[in-house]
Amino acid sequence: MANDPTHQFQISKIVPIEIGGMDFSFTNASLFMVATVACAAGFLYFSTANRGLIPSRSQSVAEMSYEFIASMLREGAGSHGMKFFPMVFTLFMFVLTANLLGMFPYFFTVTSQIIVTFALAVFVIGTVVVYGFYKHGFHFLNVFVPSGVPGVLLPLVVAIEIISFLSRPISLSVRLFANMLAGHITLKVFAGFVASLGTLGAIGIGGAILPLIMTVALTGLEFLVAFLQAYVFAVLTCMYLNDAVHPGGH
Amino acid sequence: MFVTPAFAQQGAPANGDTHGAAGNVHTETGVAHGEHGSGVFPPFDQSTYPSQLLWLVITFGFFYLVMQKVIVPRIGGILEHRHDRIAQDLDEASRLKAEADAAVETYEKELAAARGKAGTIAETAREAAKAKANADRAAIEAELSEKLAAAETRIGDIKAKAFAEVGAIAEETASAIVEQLIGPKASTDDVKAAVAAAKVGA
Repeated sequence: MANDPTHQFQISKIVPIEIGGMDFSFTNASLFMVATVACAAGFLYFSTANRGLIPSRSQSVAEMSYEFIASMLREGAGSHGMKFFPMVFTLFMFVLTANLLGMFPYFFTVTSQIIVTFALAVFVIGTVVVYGFYKHGFHFLNVFVPSGVPGVLLPLVVAIEIISFLSRPISLSVRLFANMLAGHITLKVFAGFVASLGTLGAIGIGGAILPLIMTVALTGLEFLVAFLQAYVFAVLTCMYLNDAVHPGGH
Repeated sequence: MFVTPAFAQQGAPANGDTHGAAGNVHTETGVAHGEHGSGVFPPFDQSTYPSQLLWLVITFGFFYLVMQKVIVPRIGGILEHRHDRIAQDLDEASRLKAEADAAVETYEKELAAARGKAGTIAETAREAAKAKANADRAAIEAELSEKLAAAETRIGDIKAKAFAEVGAIAEETASAIVEQLIGPKASTDDVKAAVAAAKVGA
């Protein structure tokens, strides 16, 4: 059990709940979703509680994350896209906090579940489609027709655009899911080598140094990945929202 | 690469045997799997999806609401307030600087005016002093020359008087000498003529 690298993704019920034959139990995944929200919202809430003109350290971090996402969204989707700011900021903070919480040993990684990342991606694409049609009507379909393409190539290009649009929720969700999953499995496997080599006596302990170094290095890398994937998720969200705000503008 | 064997391993107990057998064969996976009863790779275990989706909607929805209603307006307000405050302070600073510049300019102007005025005053004073000195000197010189002239006049008078008296004294003396020498008193006219002749001769 200790060496099974997929055990960390196991979902176990804490409070069994069943509604209409469906299992809606409060599980360890639910617990860590709550923890993620509590950490992220709690940090942002309490760090800005003083509303200091001269920010404290924690308030400075909260302001930096705010301005980071605000400038990202403004560059990605223009000033019209700023109405989506709470959504992008929420997505970024949720994914980032979930990823970082997952770095604690024995903690569950919410974003290593494909259904979670897929749901977030569908939320993004759903927002794009609904807002796009609501705001621009059928003009939104221009998103599939890039300007300046010769008439002969148009059917081909439109087909490619439609496929690429449809693959967005998949690529958006799989990218985050796979990164978190693969990183955590790799960490677990290398850490497992340390433990199993350590039982083999003196030579084993000497040999365990290498995977130990790898584990330390990978932990650092995983922290980078945790931030990077949250960043990528937010950047792509901004780009997709740009399609909703300015269809046919690319 | 690590996923595939794990997947295959976990697939085994679910395919056939009971959980009891699974506990023996796969000690490392058996415990956790006993609960769910399915050997699929956990993230692909569809039986957990409804629960995860429900709790994601609840937690994420709550988070979204908190962000939209509280945190975003609050941080936005803080940043805007700071931005306004900085702009205000900069305005105030530039206003004060303009004021200081104006004050310096006024000071310079007044200084230059005062300097000019001081120069004028000094010039006037010098001119006045010079004029007064000249006037005084002229007055003193005039007085002196007047006194000199008066003195000269008096000297001339005295001289003339003396000369006039010289004639009378000479006549007296001459008549006295003549009387002594000759005896009879010489006539006044003769003495006068003789004295005048002697005066001319002298």
